[in-house]
Amino acid sequence: MPSRLRPQIEGWLLLLPAAVLLALFTHYPTVATAIDSLFSTPRGARGAVYVGLDNYAEMAGDPVFWQALGNNLVFALGTVPAAIALALLMALLVDRKLAGRDFVRLAYFTPTVLPMIAVANIWLFFYTPGYGLVDQLLHLLGAPSHNWLGSRGTVLPCLMVMTVWKEAGFFMIFYLAALQQIPPSLGEAAALEGASRWTIFRRVTFPLLMPTTLFVLVNALINSFRLVDQIIVMTEGGPDNASMLLLYYVFEVGFKYWDTAYAAALTVLLLALLAALALTQFLYFDRRVHYR
Amino acid sequence: MKRLTRRAVLGGAAAMGVALGARRATAAPVRLNFYFPVAVGGPITKIIDGMVADFEKEHADVTVNAIYSGSYQDTTAKALTAVKSGEPPHLAVALSTDMFTFIDEDAILPFDEIAGSGGKTWLDGFFPAFMANSRAEGRVWGVPFQRSTIVLYWNKTAFRAAGLDPDKAPATWDEMRGFAGKLTRRSGADVAQWGVEIPSSGFPYWLFQGLTTENGAILMNEAGNEVYFDKPEVVEALQYMVDLGRKWQVMPQGIIEWGTTPQDFFERKTAMMWTTTGNLTNVRANAPFPFGVAMLPAQKRRGSPTGGGNFYLFKKTSPAERQAALAFVQWMTTPERAAEWGIKTGYVAVRPDAWTTPAMKRYVANFPAAAVARDQLEFAVAEFSTHDNQRVTKILNDGLQAALTGEKHPAQALADAQSEADRVLRPYRRS
Repeated sequence: MPSRLRPQIEGWLLLLPAAVLLALFTHYPTVATAIDSLFSTPRGARGAVYVGLDNYAEMAGDPVFWQALGNNLVFALGTVPAAIALALLMALLVDRKLAGRDFVRLAYFTPTVLPMIAVANIWLFFYTPGYGLVDQLLHLLGAPSHNWLGSRGTVLPCLMVMTVWKEAGFFMIFYLAALQQIPPSLGEAAALEGASRWTIFRRVTFPLLMPTTLFVLVNALINSFRLVDQIIVMTEGGPDNASMLLLYYVFEVGFKYWDTAYAAALTVLLLALLAALALTQFLYFDRRVHYR
Repeated sequence: MKRLTRRAVLGGAAAMGVALGARRATAAPVRLNFYFPVAVGGPITKIIDGMVADFEKEHADVTVNAIYSGSYQDTTAKALTAVKSGEPPHLAVALSTDMFTFIDEDAILPFDEIAGSGGKTWLDGFFPAFMANSRAEGRVWGVPFQRSTIVLYWNKTAFRAAGLDPDKAPATWDEMRGFAGKLTRRSGADVAQWGVEIPSSGFPYWLFQGLTTENGAILMNEAGNEVYFDKPEVVEALQYMVDLGRKWQVMPQGIIEWGTTPQDFFERKTAMMWTTTGNLTNVRANAPFPFGVAMLPAQKRRGSPTGGGNFYLFKKTSPAERQAALAFVQWMTTPERAAEWGIKTGYVAVRPDAWTTPAMKRYVANFPAAAVARDQLEFAVAEFSTHDNQRVTKILNDGLQAALTGEKHPAQALADAQSEADRVLRPYRRS
């Protein structure tokens, strides 16, 4: 009996540190946040009282929340496909034998290594009206200067361009690793059959990359809801909430307005949204992805 | 359960402060944790550490742990988090406008109560304009420390090139608009130099409050539970701000970034700019041309809001700690110290008697621009501050940005902001 129990106990002991950390810093806060979202925000001497779903009802009538949600969807739709396409393109480019390949790979990967805060500060000056890099380049083409981050129409696209630039290099690494796993014989066989390079990519390479694409898609989608450092540095959600994203709104409600209960409710919604996204992707697309 | 929850979720940020605080524990009877933000350029932490060391030399029984706590925003967040975790700092420098936030969180103590009757002379010795953001419910909750106002900087070379008197700043709204028109240089569809820039990113309400004050309007009551965004004077002020860009085209349209406005000035992208006196040292060091500093132009009157940070004393501390914290604040705001702080940082020295110290007299004689902010204090008003301050401020900011980007007419934007702010402030009107 003890001899049969021992491996069990050892196994649990090995799992324990990770389990404790996860429970303490991930699971417990998640549950606590869900509970907090059902109470009012305590203010000084006034304690929290149970309010049921009031915080969620407030959300329904909060125009800034709806704008943030809408912006976030636009942001995700704008950045995820573009980042994935760019990552794949870059990976295909640097997978081939070409002079200075390592240098090009490094160059593509550099934006990923830089901290988002630093990147955002650099791009803040790129977008500066008049003498910023973007305006200087456009000036050469004879275009007038534009207030990129200060106009409602351009602020979100500007942030999206920067995010794609920042993210693509990271996803490229996954594609590069996946490309090197594909046996060259498959491509050679197809070439013998007389297939063009485009056909080889479409019929052989791309299908074999699908597991990677799924993985990258999940990560990119989650990142589009998770990364808001650039908002803090560049726009603070402005002008007039035109660049407000959900997570930044949670931060603002929680740590600027100190309405912690409402922030908890927003967090729960964000979590539910991400969970739904991840589940749909894994349950639905997983069946349609070709695994070797 | 509730308490535990909040501690776990918010405790992370506090833990850092506590750990730092424990570092310099000594055998001294009283040990104070002091949070301070850095909001302007320059070696602020070094200056603070130097002043703290001087204080400790004179007060052997008190140790002060000066803890750099990030931006103003971070400092308030860290202090309130620490309060919720049950280990508040003894004192902190935070935005004067966060007073109502601290009161509503039941986090701070009134200075007049701790200082007793002897403290009255001390508290009466500050500029009244700076004390306007310290009083509520008949008490004094904040002591002015690193304070500023908005001033107008102008490029004298550009003025001369435009045929204007390089030593004369615009004194009225009409003059500023006229000067800006002459200073705006176009090349084809593009503008090589704008007449003026009034920043509108981040916290446009502060600069806008300069305009409303000049137009004779006040934005909130002293109790901080009513706002007056939809008054005609306020709408006129916003109309003027919008028209500078859209109608008269002497200022860039849309949102003007606060952070890059001084850079625009150095790069000669704008000939005039509105910004804080806290940028004085920065402009003095970096402007490649002779520049002037002036009070903001008048419409019905002169005017500017004050800005910057006050000292706060926190609850949940022992009487001995409170007295030591009070002694530290009093020591930091003596005329000599206030003058030293002002000269080293560019902030406006907070007491009239600081300006009569020999050091300050020498400084002003060498650099008369430094006195402009002081002279403007006579016309200065309390910075916009209400209950649920950040939320109400954000509502006003959104309205201003909606008008500046052409999304709404000024009257509509301010009417919307008024009804939204009324909704937030309604609970604070019942006592």
